[in-house]
Amino acid sequence: MSTEMTHTAETQNPADKTLFGFWLYIMTDCVLFASLFATYAVLRNNTFGGPGGGELFSLPFVLTETLILLTSSFTMGLAMLASRGRAKRQVAYWLGITFLLGLAFLVLEVSEFRHLAHEGNSWRRSGFLSAFFTLVSTHGLHITVGLTWIAAMIVKVYRSGLSGHTIRRLTMLSMFWHFLDIIWIFIFTVVYLMGVL
Amino acid sequence: MMFANLLGRLNWQALPQDTVTRGGAVSMVVIGLGLLAAITYFKKWKWLWREWLTTTNHKRIGIMYIVVSLVMLLRGFADALMMRAQQATSVGSSHGFLDSNHFQQVFSAHGTIMIFFVAMGLMFGIINLVLPQMLGSRDVAFPFLNALSFWLFVAGMVLVNMSLMLGEFSAAGWLAYPPLSELSYSPGVGIDYWIWSLQIAGIGSLLSGINFMTTILKLRTKGMTLMKMPMFAWSVLGSMTLVVFAFPILTVTLALLFLDRTLGMHFFTASGGGNAMMYVNLIWAWGHPEVYILVLPAFGVFSEIVPTFSRKRLFGYTSMVWAIWAIVVLSFTVWLHHFFTMGAGADVNAFFGIMTMLIGVPTGVKLFNWLFTMYRGRIRFTSPMIWFMGFIFLFTMGGVAGVLMAVPPIDFQVHNSLFLVAHFHTMIISGVVFGFFAGLTYWFPKIFGFKLNERLGKYAAWCWIVGFVLAFAPLYILGLMGATRRLDHYDASLGWQPLFIVAGVGALIIALGVGLQLLQLVYSIWKRAENRDLTGDPWDGRTLEWSTPSPAPEYNFAVLPVVTERDAFWVAKQTDGTAEKPVYKDIRVPRNTPDAVLIAGGVFLAGFGLVWHIWWLVAVAFIGLMFITFRHTLRDDDGERIISAADVKATEAEYAKRRITA
Repeated sequence: MSTEMTHTAETQNPADKTLFGFWLYIMTDCVLFASLFATYAVLRNNTFGGPGGGELFSLPFVLTETLILLTSSFTMGLAMLASRGRAKRQVAYWLGITFLLGLAFLVLEVSEFRHLAHEGNSWRRSGFLSAFFTLVSTHGLHITVGLTWIAAMIVKVYRSGLSGHTIRRLTMLSMFWHFLDIIWIFIFTVVYLMGVL
Repeated sequence: MMFANLLGRLNWQALPQDTVTRGGAVSMVVIGLGLLAAITYFKKWKWLWREWLTTTNHKRIGIMYIVVSLVMLLRGFADALMMRAQQATSVGSSHGFLDSNHFQQVFSAHGTIMIFFVAMGLMFGIINLVLPQMLGSRDVAFPFLNALSFWLFVAGMVLVNMSLMLGEFSAAGWLAYPPLSELSYSPGVGIDYWIWSLQIAGIGSLLSGINFMTTILKLRTKGMTLMKMPMFAWSVLGSMTLVVFAFPILTVTLALLFLDRTLGMHFFTASGGGNAMMYVNLIWAWGHPEVYILVLPAFGVFSEIVPTFSRKRLFGYTSMVWAIWAIVVLSFTVWLHHFFTMGAGADVNAFFGIMTMLIGVPTGVKLFNWLFTMYRGRIRFTSPMIWFMGFIFLFTMGGVAGVLMAVPPIDFQVHNSLFLVAHFHTMIISGVVFGFFAGLTYWFPKIFGFKLNERLGKYAAWCWIVGFVLAFAPLYILGLMGATRRLDHYDASLGWQPLFIVAGVGALIIALGVGLQLLQLVYSIWKRAENRDLTGDPWDGRTLEWSTPSPAPEYNFAVLPVVTERDAFWVAKQTDGTAEKPVYKDIRVPRNTPDAVLIAGGVFLAGFGLVWHIWWLVAVAFIGLMFITFRHTLRDDDGERIISAADVKATEAEYAKRRITA
């Protein structure tokens, strides 16, 4: 062991560790969703005399939701692209569009839930519906958190510009948003497509 | 009516109704108030707030973890003594001093507290205290998150203990299997207390897992490649990998049980299309890795202690690393052995039986490596080594019992018997608890600047080892005789009482050991002037943490060390001598912040509201949490302050002077 003379900060790069830590967080969230998917797979036929997925889901409606969310992932990508060019207003603009698309998705999801509950098919109806509501609304809750985060970042970008600190946070936000998109693809496939087809 | 609504399910009936609980609750309140009064009397509030409650320094957080865990150890141990007393006396016409419901709460609380608030707390405490220094790092990767993890752990702990004073605790065992834990069979608040204390503490653990994994993978000092890390760091990396993969499953499982109980869902209910065995699968998909989460760091402690006190490098470093990762992977493939009796069929049971036997292999590799490290070493029989030898003897016995139970037909015979209880206590007490006691004794001088009294430490270790054998050997026998676990009464004609009395005597000898440990602590603090560690290296250690002064300064290393080989400090001691004059630079350290303790406080209130269905409290807590989180996220600085190079130089000069006088 000898002593380090010049580069005291070299081994402890904050940007690197924060992003790495966030990747790990996303991995834990992935396991969380995996557990919910497993639960859904176990309970999907436990309809307890109630309706199953084939009778409840409308594919065109869900496809609309899916396309909206996919577009929002694209606009999030544009926001990140703008942040590379340090275009503060453009970043805020694309974040705003992403926010609106996310909000639209959420509104559609809530209206689907309301519709189901109205017809007497709430989460109390059967094990299948408990699993369905829990899996899909956990994703919805994540979207809600994402929306709040986007709103906070718009404020932050306006207030303190695009410092390295802010760009790091934007990077994490966009990772989070894309991750939710991927989870939705799985929900679309496993819950809706496999439920109807 | 209005008032009743405001308090949800909470009312006067929630106060303890029977004498035993009342006694416990009153003593807890008295001790708590006494503590608050003492802090006020000695005018220590400001000090407490500035130096401890708002700290983000890993060493301080580590100390707080240890203090909380040791207090909880006393609480969990009191539960154990109550169970031993009940089972030794409740036979035939005598029914002991606990009724069934109360007995069930006692064993549920014992298990929950010992695993979540003692073993986990000791583990995170020790990791916090030594890991950064071992890696040659100045702190963990995310100091604020670290503080938050700790305070969430405390919030969960307070919630568990609150159940003694308000309402009741779960009576469904430490893992609360449904359908018993569903609303229809457990309508009280006990299960809800259990759910929320574990959920809150569990999220803290999950954040810690992310934090320490990042620390190990990103914050090692220059030259310390993965294969040059101390074995403790490898063990922690394995354990934290398990945390990251297993704890989300716990989060989900607890959330689903909550949804069943509160929103009327049907995940695990007996009717409505629920599936209770799914809960058992999910909870053990977390629960089995959890066992290894606890024991791997304890293995890591032994991997540091044995080389130091044998004056040899660790035998089979590479095979140790492989053993850790084999355990990490295999621990996710054995969960079903906890319920072979589910009836999954011969093929499934055979698979899990074989995997269970396989996971014994890497553990065996580790045992042999420690023994070979001792072989032809210059062994010093210090108290950490006494703990180690107690461990290796008992752990092997318990492991053999485990492999026995890995055979499904045998497991069918001993399932849910005291044989099983004896087995897992052997693994967890000798593996985890002895490991952490050994670690605490070993690193105590590094943390506080003076050694613990060795003589009292050895007495305590021997009491634990002898008491342990007396307390649990009878349980193996009773289990084979057919005694099931969680019995609060049995027939006199069974002839079990003598063995239960022996087990009770064993527990008393362990109690003597605990008493000696407390005495050791008090005596060592009293005589600390005689046992001061001025060199920073009291045991002739091998790893980097011994190269800093004891206790280490806030920044750990004035100049970050450069590592060229394993056992970096040992190598340096053999070769160094002409150190160049160091050049000090400004050092960034994390700033104190009240946000962690405030967030945990809000989470505690939300948890309390969820237990008692006080919805406005949940809403208020939630809004408060949002506010603090936003304020924290939107702040513009990076939460650090700078210690100037001149200050560092002055501090280091002070240490150098101290070293010369030693």
